[in-house]
Amino acid sequence: MTDKTANTEDMSVYDELPDAPPKKKIKLTWVGKLGVSVVLFWVLMVFIGPYIAPFHEADIIAYDSFMPVWSETEGEGFHVLGTDYIERDILSRVLWGARTTIGISFLATMFAYLVGVTLGIGAAVAGGWVDMIFSRVNDAILSLPSIMLGLLIVVALGTSIPILILTASVIYAASVYRIARALGQDIMVMDFVEAARVRGEGMWYIITREVLPNAIMPLATDFGLRLVFVVLFISSLSFLGLGIQPPMADWGSMVRQNLDGLGYGSYAAVWPALAIASFTIAINLIVDDVSASEGGTLARKMIS
Amino acid sequence: MQRMVIQRIIIGIITLWVVSVLVFVGTSVLPGDVAQIVMGQSATPETLAAYRAENGLDQPLYMQYATWLGGMFTGDLGISKAGGATISSLIGGRFGNTMFLAGVVAIISVPLSIILGLLAAMYPATWIDRVLTFGTLSLISVPDFFIATFMVLIFAVNLGWLPAIAHISPEDTMWQTIRASAMPLITLIIVVSAQMIRMTRAGILNVMNSPYIEMSILKGVRRNRIIVRHAFLNAIGPIVNVVALNLAYLVSGVVIVETIFAYPGLAKLMIDGVQTRDLPLVQACAMIFCGTYVILIILSDVAAILSNPRLRNPK
Repeated sequence: MTDKTANTEDMSVYDELPDAPPKKKIKLTWVGKLGVSVVLFWVLMVFIGPYIAPFHEADIIAYDSFMPVWSETEGEGFHVLGTDYIERDILSRVLWGARTTIGISFLATMFAYLVGVTLGIGAAVAGGWVDMIFSRVNDAILSLPSIMLGLLIVVALGTSIPILILTASVIYAASVYRIARALGQDIMVMDFVEAARVRGEGMWYIITREVLPNAIMPLATDFGLRLVFVVLFISSLSFLGLGIQPPMADWGSMVRQNLDGLGYGSYAAVWPALAIASFTIAINLIVDDVSASEGGTLARKMIS
Repeated sequence: MQRMVIQRIIIGIITLWVVSVLVFVGTSVLPGDVAQIVMGQSATPETLAAYRAENGLDQPLYMQYATWLGGMFTGDLGISKAGGATISSLIGGRFGNTMFLAGVVAIISVPLSIILGLLAAMYPATWIDRVLTFGTLSLISVPDFFIATFMVLIFAVNLGWLPAIAHISPEDTMWQTIRASAMPLITLIIVVSAQMIRMTRAGILNVMNSPYIEMSILKGVRRNRIIVRHAFLNAIGPIVNVVALNLAYLVSGVVIVETIFAYPGLAKLMIDGVQTRDLPLVQACAMIFCGTYVILIILSDVAAILSNPRLRNPK
């Protein structure tokens, strides 16, 4: 008998145990699959967008601003989605913007998760005064509207991409902390954690082997929602002219810059707005679908 | 019960105080010397010192904070760096405009969303419910300025019914004011209602899962009567909570909407202040917004405590 077969046999033995972990199979409806394909499309664009875009994001190539959809600049090529307020190609800027908007939001959400989950699970496991202090500070941050906090930080520290990422991650780490702590507390009172403690396992083992694996699914779902909030937050700041600075293309500021074009019958502001909407709605559809297949309890938790 | 409410209010006051420290310290640790920035490079050491003394910048930070906080209570909010007008005079008129906006939005969107939320919960999995659930999900996942952009596209550009910019002056007639502020109003109503409809629906469906509803189904009460008499009455607590929470969300919605339509409200004033880095102005506006937000959150908590007997008498 080779090692391989021995392994598979071992697995099947575990499967028959009464306390075997339930097999997690996520079944998506067609709505969820649609969401997944839209998100995958944009993720692909984050990586290849700038390479397949016909022009550079900062190139002023056309002879006219607010050119209509599918117009041509002689000698340069077609503007599939028209041109913007200073004669740049919209399609190229939307493709470049995917990298800026999604990339920055993703980084910020990752940082928020790193900080929020570490502190949240830490507070739940440690309890006592550590939990007390963290939670009070957290309440203060959560008691401010996020856009106000963003504005205050921007006025104090100025606008740059690192500060933007820092701002978004601090603000959203607070809400991640709250969820991670609540999940951690629920799991800490379970029998299997008790059993691990009685076995004499250390804190590190309990956190990494008992608590985290059981918190991962709800956290993953929440990650999607949080990413949507961060995208909306960063685009809103950019929209106000306080986020990503020109000439970098980013969806929020593109809407703002081309808003006047609506009056001249140009749809330049609509495309980046649609890009944001398609990305965020798609994520929400996936999250809704996953929560529905988990009995919907998650969705209810997220609302409160 | 009284103890819990009082406890909640005290926590709220402490939060407000922490917020004021955050706002003050957060905006005071500017890199660079404020006096230097304001007076410019040509300022002599004497004029710099004079400016510092005049504005209390030569005092330690906690003294500056005490002066600032004292000013907040007495209505003396300091002097704007741009233009030199007093901040209270700048805020005065703007505050009324923003309150008008928020007030009208609340009056329309609260009953509208409760009725629609109720409808969706009464007929789950029918087309009414599906349309409402999918529609509101889409609306809450797009940025506020997305909705505003489409409002401009439809009502100002294509139909030409409403102005894209909200010019408001005190001499306007009532009708002119309403017409000018129609677009910001509609946008905010959509943003706030979408969230409220979802939460109302979830709140009622949650109640529908409880044993006493099952009991009334079993004893043969009609469906509509169950929803109106049993579910809705028990869901009032959560719904009041939702309403207060969403009025708090209005605070962030107002920032975007006032900017996009150039509506002369408090949020527009604040954004202008952020762009010119007018610190005293931003601090004052931020305190007003955050204060309103915290007070609404406290109200929603108190409503939740009052409406739920189990929270009223904790074990």
